[in-house]
Parts: sequence; structure tokens; C-alpha cells
Amino acid sequence: MSALLRLYRRELALAWNGGGGPLLALGFYAAVTALAPLAIGPEPERLRVIAPGFAWIALALASLLSLDRLYERDFEDGALDLLALGPLPLEAVAAIKALAQWTAAGAPLALAAPFAATALGAPPALSGMVLATAAIGALAFAFVGGLGAALALGSRRGGLIIAVIVLPLITPPVIFGGGALSAFTGGLPWLSGFLALIAYALAAAALCPLFAAMACRTAVS
Amino acid sequence: MIVALEIETLAVRRGERRLFDDLSLTLAAGEALTLGGANGAGKTTLLRAIAGLIAPSAGTIGFAGVAGPLDPDDARRADLHLVGHLDALKTTRTAGDELAFQAAWCGGDAASAAAAAETLGLTRLLGLAVRQLSAGQRRRLALARLLAAPRKLWLLDEPLAPLDAAHRALLGELMARHLDGGGLIVAATHDPLPLPARRLDL
Repeated sequence: MSALLRLYRRELALAWNGGGGPLLALGFYAAVTALAPLAIGPEPERLRVIAPGFAWIALALASLLSLDRLYERDFEDGALDLLALGPLPLEAVAAIKALAQWTAAGAPLALAAPFAATALGAPPALSGMVLATAAIGALAFAFVGGLGAALALGSRRGGLIIAVIVLPLITPPVIFGGGALSAFTGGLPWLSGFLALIAYALAAAALCPLFAAMACRTAVS
Repeated sequence: MIVALEIETLAVRRGERRLFDDLSLTLAAGEALTLGGANGAGKTTLLRAIAGLIAPSAGTIGFAGVAGPLDPDDARRADLHLVGHLDALKTTRTAGDELAFQAAWCGGDAASAAAAAETLGLTRLLGLAVRQLSAGQRRRLALARLLAAPRKLWLLDEPLAPLDAAHRALLGELMARHLDGGGLIVAATHDPLPLPARRLDL
């Protein structure tokens, strides 16, 4: 248990301090959100309709930002060997890395999501729902993102490859989460979309570390 | 606890290249082996194969305890240190934080980490960020986990390279002490180790 906790604290410190951490992700998120009225037009009626969905797209993009350092640094500086030879299986290491990534980037982004949606004109009453879907969606993004980062190990232009791998894989949570939000706004049944989002996040948390660990083993061998 | 390393008819291929074929050796407690050979001969590959990071294409790598053969995965996780030429240190963190993590990750504690830092002359560097350390200081920091978490089999990849004369001598003393305590050392090095060791040229 203490090895788990220690690794989590170290990964969190690295994710929080390295490469700008949550501030950079939040700044990017704010900038993308600010582009919406510029690109689509400032009419409140139009913005109100797209607000929840746009907040989601921005969240997905901002989640990609710091993924390139998640495994690549460890690979380059030899820490991946140390992690592979440690007391925990690499699957657990991969899960902890994804959780730390969620804590350092996903959770702050989820906290910002209601503000972004409200700023674009979504009714403040929607805030709780936006926060809940964004927090769960960001968890799925972190695990899928970790898998993408592990698969891109050792390749040149890893950041771009990660984006190309990860974006298609995170379409389901975007559909489920965005759909639940639209349904909730329109007074339609939203629970099934919300549950599908949770199911996707749980499946990602269960499966992605297995494949990420395989990718790491291949990379260090 | 590892008391012997037994390699039988080992072959490792890297892509199309065959690095070694039919390599057999036995190393017993208290013995050191230096791996020599030209750049690219496979010294690092052999160390990584012993550590279990690279799967051999043929042959076996076994570890024996006092009561007979050990499960290789358990033996590796519990009783083997690999200190590579990459030091696994995070440049943005302090030397103290990194040593504490590496020691704990390998099963040591705060007291053993502090003692290891003292032995290797790192104590006054622990507050500095790793990026402020010289190459030799970083190597000493990476080597500190050998002392902070006692394990029997040390796999060392060019351990002497960045060290100054005084610290080479110190590392030699520490290695001799490890062998006296029943340890085993396999070191890939171009410089002769400052202690009696068998030599294998790949």
C-alpha cells in the first residue's frame, strides 16, 4: 500500500509541477472557450445551445495537453526501468499514473467546466450536471490518454501520435456526456447517457492500464 | 535471497542481430563479474536480460536461494538492483525527494536513505534540485539506492564512468563490502573494477 501511495504522490508532484501542470491546462481551456463566441457569433441564443457541448470539446482537447510527458520522460531518463522492476506490477503503475494525471489536470478542468459553460450562456442550474459529467469524462480521458501515451513511447512526434490515437477513442464519452447534458437541458431523460458515461469511464479504468503496461514492457525491452 | 545466478545457453537477439549465442555462466555469493567488450557488444543487453526487461530468445536465466531455485520474477522484484547508465532521476525534484522515493520503491526507509546519503557524501546536496547536480553527483545519488535498500544481486552499467578518483575508490570499497556480505555483482565497465573480479568479454 505504501508503494502505491508513494508512487501516486510522486506522479502527482511531477504532473502538477512539470510542464505547467493544471494552470497551463486551465489557461488552454479558457482560451478555447473564449474562441467559441468569436467563431460562432456572440448571439446569446446561439451560444446557449452549444455551450454544454462546446465546454466538452474544450475539455477533451485540454486533456490531451500534458500526455506527451506521461511516459516519455520516464522512458528517456531510465525511470521506466525502475518502475518496471519495482514492487508493483506495471498495470498498477499505469493506473496510478492515469489517476495522478486526472488529479493534476482532469479534476481542475472539471471544476472549471461549469464556469466555461455558464460563461457561454448555459443556465447556471446546469452547473452541477456539467461538473459531474466533466469529472467522470476527464477520468476516462486520463486512462485512455495514458494508454495513448504508452503506445506512442519511443516514437518521434509522440504528442501528435497520442492525439491521433486518443481522440477517436474518446468519442464515446463525448457522445454520452454531451448527450446527457443536452437531454438534461431539454428536459428529456438523461440518465441512460449519464450511466453510459460512467460505464465507459469504468471500462477505461479497468482495461487501459493492461494495454499501457504491455506497451511499456515492449518499450523497455 | 539470491545466493547464485545461473545462466545457461543464453541467446539474445536484437532485431536481426544476434548479440550472444550459447552463453553460460554461474556466479556465486561473494563473486563479482565484469562484462567487457566493444561498444555494442551487448553488455547492457545482458544486464537487462538478467533483470528480466529483455526476454531471451533461447536459454534460461535462473536464480538460486539457499534452499534451491527461486521463482525468477520474485527473485528479481525482491533481491536485484539494476543501476543503469540512465539514472532515473527527475530533474525538477530535489535530490532528497528522489532518493527517498527510490529507496522506498526498493523497500528501504527514511533512515536507510539518510545513511546511504551520508556514506556517499550526498547529505549536503539533498536540498538541491537534481538538475543542479553534476553527472558524478547524480550517479552517486542513483547508486545510493544500492545501500538504502539492501539486495543481494547488483547489476551495474558503467558505474564508474562519471565518478572522480576518490568516489571510484569509495564505490570499490562498498562493492568489496557487499561481496564480503555474500552479495553478487555483475558490472558492465570499460574501466577495471577496483576489486578482484572475473571477467567476461562479450
